[in-house]
Parts: sequence; structure tokens; C-alpha cells
Amino acid sequence: MPNTLYDKIWNDHLVDLQDDGTALLFVDRHLVHEVTSPQAFEGLRNSNRKVRHPNLTLAVADHNVPTTDRSKGISDKESKIQVETLEANCKEFGIKLFGMNDKRQGIVHVTGPEQGFTQPGTVIVCGDSHTATHGAFGSLAFGIGTSEVEHVLATQTLVQKKAKNFRVNVNGKLPLGVTSKDVILQIIGKIGTAGGTGCVIEYAGDLIRSLSVEQRMTICNMTIEGGARAGLIAPDEKIFKYLKDRPMSPKDKDWDKAMEYWKNLKTDEGAKFDKEIDLQAEEILPMITWGTSPQDVITIDEKVPNPQNEKDEDRKNSLERSLNYMGLKPNMAAKDIKIDKVFIGSCTNGRIEDLREAAKILKDKKIAAHVHAMVVPGSGLVKEQAEQEGLDKIFVNSGFEWREPGCSMCLAMNADKLKPQERCASTSNRNFEGRQGRGGRTHLVSPGMAAAAAISGNLDDVRKYQN
Amino acid sequence: MQKFNTLKSIPVYLPIVNIDTDMIIPKQFLKTIKRTGLGKNLFFEMRYDDQGKEIGDFILNQNPFNNSKILIAGKNFGCGSSREHAPWALLDFGITCVISSSFADIFYSNCFKNGILPIVLEEEKIKELSEYANRKEEISVDLNENKIVYGNNEIKFDVDKFKKKCLLEGLDDIALSLKKSEKIENFEKDLKNQKPWIFND
Repeated sequence: MPNTLYDKIWNDHLVDLQDDGTALLFVDRHLVHEVTSPQAFEGLRNSNRKVRHPNLTLAVADHNVPTTDRSKGISDKESKIQVETLEANCKEFGIKLFGMNDKRQGIVHVTGPEQGFTQPGTVIVCGDSHTATHGAFGSLAFGIGTSEVEHVLATQTLVQKKAKNFRVNVNGKLPLGVTSKDVILQIIGKIGTAGGTGCVIEYAGDLIRSLSVEQRMTICNMTIEGGARAGLIAPDEKIFKYLKDRPMSPKDKDWDKAMEYWKNLKTDEGAKFDKEIDLQAEEILPMITWGTSPQDVITIDEKVPNPQNEKDEDRKNSLERSLNYMGLKPNMAAKDIKIDKVFIGSCTNGRIEDLREAAKILKDKKIAAHVHAMVVPGSGLVKEQAEQEGLDKIFVNSGFEWREPGCSMCLAMNADKLKPQERCASTSNRNFEGRQGRGGRTHLVSPGMAAAAAISGNLDDVRKYQN
Repeated sequence: MQKFNTLKSIPVYLPIVNIDTDMIIPKQFLKTIKRTGLGKNLFFEMRYDDQGKEIGDFILNQNPFNNSKILIAGKNFGCGSSREHAPWALLDFGITCVISSSFADIFYSNCFKNGILPIVLEEEKIKELSEYANRKEEISVDLNENKIVYGNNEIKFDVDKFKKKCLLEGLDDIALSLKKSEKIENFEKDLKNQKPWIFND
């Protein structure tokens, strides 16, 4: 019987399958960060259990770390305790950790691929919903809760039920100025935030194949915003080339053996999908979110919706609530939305290509006087690379702040946050109420669109600044 | 884990769709290294004003809903982050059953690890049950029988058999999986032969 890529990875990791379909799945790679792990380690200690495979586990502090000068440590007491707890736990249980002052430190979903820890055909988990990012390498990668983190630490397995197969095909070529961020926002707008619930999405089509590894990560990253547990893309030469000679990639004979296996990781002809949708790349335009859910998308040429046009009562109430929170009026043009802040970074768009894309727009330009803008590279290595290319100077000369790596204002657990009613064009992944700070208003955009907004002082069309 | 069997309570109704885990428990409370004590911060931004005072209009601040054990909410409840702090906050507040027409996958699974029963019902039934919240009348949930009893009516609900057993008996997932240690070891042996690169050693 022809199988999907998801079916194949699933079958390859079955340790046990009960009659009721409950499976025990082997986990090849476990990423750990400071926020969702302390209670898991505490659980291990309380039950006198060990970490089964410390060398399949990699830890990094990212959510709580300051993005300003780190020489004095973390000033917030609770954040400091959480990061120190991770350090102590990693030491006690023998887990490799990239500390706050290690240049390999960064957002867990940037660090994993960068180190070659992320590999095709593996099952990868992390106590973080954006683990879906790693699916760009053709792995089954998904977020888990803390109890499950403890379960994986203790057993290197996870109790799971099989999800449905959902394929999203994107064919054609993207218009100038349109990026993979716009593609995924468009997909979420189309399927809704619960559209992928109970499914694993495979992204396919010639547009997807034409994307770089980092662009694929942006798409897989936001799969969770469409409700799906995981998103994946069949690995190809671009992936293999990316992984070759990374510190934790297979070496020598192991590499050859891995390649043999990786090359066959694709969906069989005629495999059955429970759901399937098609998008044409030419029809995708630069997108923004106007509301408080990632499905609230419009193109930069459109207007904010009017709740009065909604027949469904729940939907109408939801629109009204969002507009009210966002401080927007019905039918307002996207380009009339004035912004206060710009955030470029996060596990969605904090990689080198994202920074290059924004820098290209900002070169020899100044940001609007009333805008406060910051770039937070996804890792120390991204930061270093950007500095070698002189991107930091372009950002600083245009008026951006150049920061240290971490999750930062994507979720505002550290000191970087919006004040009430402040409005931000952000390259992150969630525009939920309060996500970037209590009362803060988030518009999700691509890095190029964030740069354009910074220059114009309002949401604007990146194509205007394209050479 | 705390067992779940039957439950009787006046439900509280939050008629909001896509309630995300940031709404259930905002990030400033994720800095804890404990599982307990989060109940006071449940729905923090809707529950308290800028000065930290309770907002009287918010339903969870009102009697008898501040003692509700059953939460009824709009569709796609628990979307967003994987933070288990969301079910921990609900549990600490005293809510051990959430009813909605759909749940986000990770939240749904996290509930079962914490003795909370999430129930999926059709929208129509949600509306019917929400009337009991409006009238401040009790409903009861019986996991043994897979049913909710309200007034003279009852509704059956579906729940995965294995998850139900774990909840009824308060079973420790890890202990159950460790009983399969031999299978895990065999799997690992094969893996070392077939995919030696996985083990990094």
C-alpha cells in the first residue's frame, strides 16, 4: 500500500501498538528549554528516575534571556531562577546545554537545525508548540506538554495516536516581494486556526520545492497556528547540503548510510490523504494580520473587515472583540494602520535569510521618527554571520536596535514587550491578545514587510521599496 | 495524578471562540518552576484590571461561578502554545472538566495528564448546556458512563478508551510505558544497527 511521508516515519518509530491504536513512539531527538522543563526534571527526581538517553537530548535557554548586555546576568529574579534551574538540571542529568554566553545559544528551533541535531526521518519533540519548525527537514516534529517532556526524558518514547494526513500543495512562482511567511499566513487564513486539528500537514508542490531550507522552516513553524500537530516537507538535496558537516550531523560512513535512508523519505505515488488543498503561488500577495488570531489575514491592499457583514453570530462577536482589542475601525485600509514598534526575530523569522531580506529593504534608508524598532537574531551564530556580512550596520544606521539572540518580544517573557495599546509590526507567529505585552497590538508580517512598516511608520507594501 | 470519576457543578460559560493558552495563563506566570499556585492567575488579563483589582463583570469573578468545576467554552479551546501551565492553572482554580465543540491537540492531551476531562460536543449541545450556566443550575458529568446529565436530559460523549482508563484510575503514564522496557530496548538495539547515526556516539 502506498504510504505518505508521515505514515513512513510513524511506522519506523513504533515501539508498541495497542489494539485501540494507542502507540508508543520512539523519540530520536529531544530539545529542552527552561520554561517547560523544570517540573519535568522535578518529576524525575521525585520518582527517582534517570534520563534514558542524555545524548539524544539538547538544551538551550531562550525564552527568558535578556537581549541586551548579558555581562551582568539576568536582572529579573524569576527569569534568573528558571535559567539557573535549567543549568542545574542539565548538569545533574548529564544533558548538553548551550549556556547564555555560548555563541551557539539561540532559540531552540534555530539552534537545533544549525547544529545538525535536526535530521530527516527522525521524531523530534520539544515542550514548545513551534517544534513543528523542524518538519522542514522531513522529520516528524511536534510540541508536547511538560508531563510528556518528563515521559520522553524517562523513556525516550511518547504515547501517541496517529493523526490524519493532510496535504497542502502550493504550485507556481511567488510574485516579487512575497515570501514563505506570506504563503503560510495565506494557508492559515484559508484553513483557519483549527483547520489542521488532528492532522499532520505535508507541504508539497513545485513552489515548496523551490524554497530554501530556511524559507521551508518558516512555513513548517507556523503549522501549529493552523491547528495541525506537525508540518513536514520531503527532504531533498537542499536539505542534505544544509546538513553536511554541521557539528551534530552524521559523519563519514554514518553520513553515507544516513543519506541512503534520507533519499527515500517521500510520499509514495498514490498515497491517500484525508484532506488536501491547493494554492497557486501567483495569487499570494504580501499579507498582514489585522486581528487577534493568526487566521485574521488580509493582503496589504485590502481593508479591515466589517463585522456587520458577518451573518454568523459567533464570528461577528469574535470580529468585534478583535477590532476592539486592536483599536481598529471596520473598513479601514491596511496601509492606514500606524505602528509604534517593529520586531524582527523569533523562531519564525529570526534566521540569516530573514535578516538579509529586511536589510535589503532598509539599506540607505531611515525608519520613521516615531517608530521604535529592534532586530533580535535567532541565535548567536546568526548574529555572528549577520555581523560578518555587515547587516548589523545597515540595521543600526537605519535606526534599528541590534540585540542579543533569544525569543524576546515574540512572547515577551523577558524585558522586551509592548506597552498597553502599543502597535507592532512583528515577524513572529502569534497575534493573540496580550502576546507581546498586556494590551499590546500585534500585526504579523514578513521580515521585508516589517522593514517597510518601519520606514513608512505604518503598515505598508514591501514592493514599494523593492529595487 | 488525581483520579476523575464523576463531577457535579454549576458550569461557567465563556462564549469566546479560539481561547488560546496565552489567554488562559499569560507568559509572566510561566516563570514558575512549580506546577501549583497558578489558579489565581487563570485568565489573568480578563480577570484583573491594570491595578490588579478583580474585574466584577468577568464571569469567573462572580459567585457561584468562582466555584465552578466545569468550564464550557467556544470552539478551538486551548489553541496556541504547548504550555502545560494552562491545564495546571485550570486545575489549581478548581476546574476539572472543560466542554467545547473542539480543542487544540496539545492542550487536549495535556488535560488528561493532569486529571482534567476535556469533552467535545456539538455546538448545539454546547448552547443547550450553557443555559444551565445562565440559570445557575448544576449539571453532572459521569466518566464511567460517558455521559453528562442535565435536568431530565443526558448526552453521551466520546473519549478514548485508554485515556479514560488512565483518568479513572489516576494512572502514571511513565510507569505504564516503563512496563514496556523490554520492547524499548529491542527497538533501540535494532535502531543501533539500522540507523547508527541516530545515537551520536
